[in-house]
Amino acid sequence: MRPGSMKIFKNFRDLSIMDLENAKKNKTKIVGLYCAFAPQELVLAAGAIPVGLCGTKNEPIAAAEKVLPRNLCPLIKSSFGFAITDTCPFFRLADFVIAETTCDGKKKMFEFLRRYKPMHIMQLPQSSDGTRTFDWWLAELSVLKIKLEENLGAEISEDSLRQAIKLANRERRTMKRLHEINKIDPAPLSGLDLMTALWSNNFNEDKEEGIELVNGLIGEADEIAGNGTSPFPKGTPRILLTGCPVGLGSEKVVMLIEKCGGSVVCLENCGGIKTLGYLVEENDQKDPLEALAERYLKIPCSCMSPNSGRFELLDRLITEYKVDGVVDLTWQACHTYNIEAEMVRDFVKKDFGLPFLHLETDYSSSDLQQLQTRISAFIEVTGRKKQQ
Amino acid sequence: MITVGLDLGSVTTKAVLVEGNSWISLIRPTGYSPRQAGREAFEELLGNAGLKRGDIGFIVGTGYGRISVPFIDQAVTEITCHAKGAHFLVKEIDMVIDIGGQDSKVIAVDRFGNVTDFAMNDRCAAGTGKFLEVIAAALGLDVSELAMLSKNADPIQTSNMCTVFVESEVISLLAEGVKRERIIAGIHQSVAARVAAMAERLGKGEHIVFTGGVAKNEGVREFLGKELGRDLLVVPESQIAGALGAALLAQEEVKLKSL
Repeated sequence: MRPGSMKIFKNFRDLSIMDLENAKKNKTKIVGLYCAFAPQELVLAAGAIPVGLCGTKNEPIAAAEKVLPRNLCPLIKSSFGFAITDTCPFFRLADFVIAETTCDGKKKMFEFLRRYKPMHIMQLPQSSDGTRTFDWWLAELSVLKIKLEENLGAEISEDSLRQAIKLANRERRTMKRLHEINKIDPAPLSGLDLMTALWSNNFNEDKEEGIELVNGLIGEADEIAGNGTSPFPKGTPRILLTGCPVGLGSEKVVMLIEKCGGSVVCLENCGGIKTLGYLVEENDQKDPLEALAERYLKIPCSCMSPNSGRFELLDRLITEYKVDGVVDLTWQACHTYNIEAEMVRDFVKKDFGLPFLHLETDYSSSDLQQLQTRISAFIEVTGRKKQQ
Repeated sequence: MITVGLDLGSVTTKAVLVEGNSWISLIRPTGYSPRQAGREAFEELLGNAGLKRGDIGFIVGTGYGRISVPFIDQAVTEITCHAKGAHFLVKEIDMVIDIGGQDSKVIAVDRFGNVTDFAMNDRCAAGTGKFLEVIAAALGLDVSELAMLSKNADPIQTSNMCTVFVESEVISLLAEGVKRERIIAGIHQSVAARVAAMAERLGKGEHIVFTGGVAKNEGVREFLGKELGRDLLVVPESQIAGALGAALLAQEEVKLKSL
């Protein structure tokens, strides 16, 4: 049984374009974000709408390769290609764009991209530990606040920022609740549906409506679980997907895992649970910018060195979601995730004794057959181990 | 109970029929249609055994063409089947290294012949049978002559693993006057080093079986043994290991169902 609201989520990206166009006609500003490190609360507090611009589709990559090297991650090429071909309505609608110096590929790509849109590039520290990096990041947030005020012609008051923090936290809690439904065995939601619902959140014109929609899906999933039904038969291997982000257009690994007889119960990537667990402290005695800086610096991305937070998170998730096997997805030429994959392999195999599969691929469909063989073999191993 | 395993590879189709501890097999070219090759191999095998379709309890298909054969009962990946088959042929193995026409893989195996881990290179032809064919052609040789010619030669370092670019590297080396046998030895060594690196990620196997078409190449085998610091077993039936494993898995499936 598939939740009825998935019909809305499947087309959510397209449906929201009209809402955003209307908002823009009513003089509401739209701010594009490329990454989970962009503090959306500052955008909301400025009265603007944050939208995600991270490219998840293969189509614009050929155009991007006219400028960028081919040997670059598909996420960067897709994001850039969408922008320069003017085929992404969200990029077109954006009045201002926030970028960050995460990985080398992205920060250099942004140097090109800023020719196309007013943009501010935040200087992200390379580590999340220590007071010096925190002070640096806090100063970066102050700069961003001023840039947003200047470019959007708005004032970001302390009060509006506190309101925005509450709203964004509420949204995170709701999405986390949705994700946690798949702790149930067998999972009430397919990994593909879970991914689609979480990813759609990037294109919300109205956060309250978005929260409402996710609440509806949670209700339906609760009902599925209550009836003891699931898209998967009992005993289906429960897979945790970690590594680079996925979305509609780049869902091929999620799709193949489930086609080959697995159930993706947990998405440990930046569209998934990686960014949902950390809330901004809601404390009226605390400077809200400081609270934001603390929260955003916790995101365990592989661009951080070291990135111990990812292993703490994996440790918790593997247990909580009763995971039978871990798949680590690296988009081609994403050096940081690619290198970290070896540490994740060690961690998963030694600490948990679980089957582990590392895949390196891009957004194209050229290797579907090869991927299917590897993933099938991995599910065969995981399934047999689970039976024992 | 009689079962059949069909391995529909990119180059050849292998069929094995198992009854108790005995088995018969055949190898045929796959051609352009794995579907047709699978059916023909199956029927020929039945004919050889003097059996009818109804006598066969279970059929497992494997290999890249497994999805295109409609009459099989179950499809299982070549990784699982290879491990099973190689373990049946050599009981004490804990690792299978397979270098075929289009890919290379390393499989860690437990004492029951079950896969515990695997690594695979299937993104390009580097280090596969195809790679060696291209080298042989560039040197005016047949792939089967490579090992003999390069025996005891001092390997020259080659830098390319890309099947397309290595051809031009070979041609420049020849132009520089480097002897053919040294180039071949160098290529063998680079193939071995690449596969050995893949194997070491899975932990060093104690008893390794080397299968696939490239296992016939003594040069690669020797360098691979040196890289891994142990001898590799090569069995004459290595080419049918996948189909044999498929037929054995079919036996297990039937037993499971009769419980």
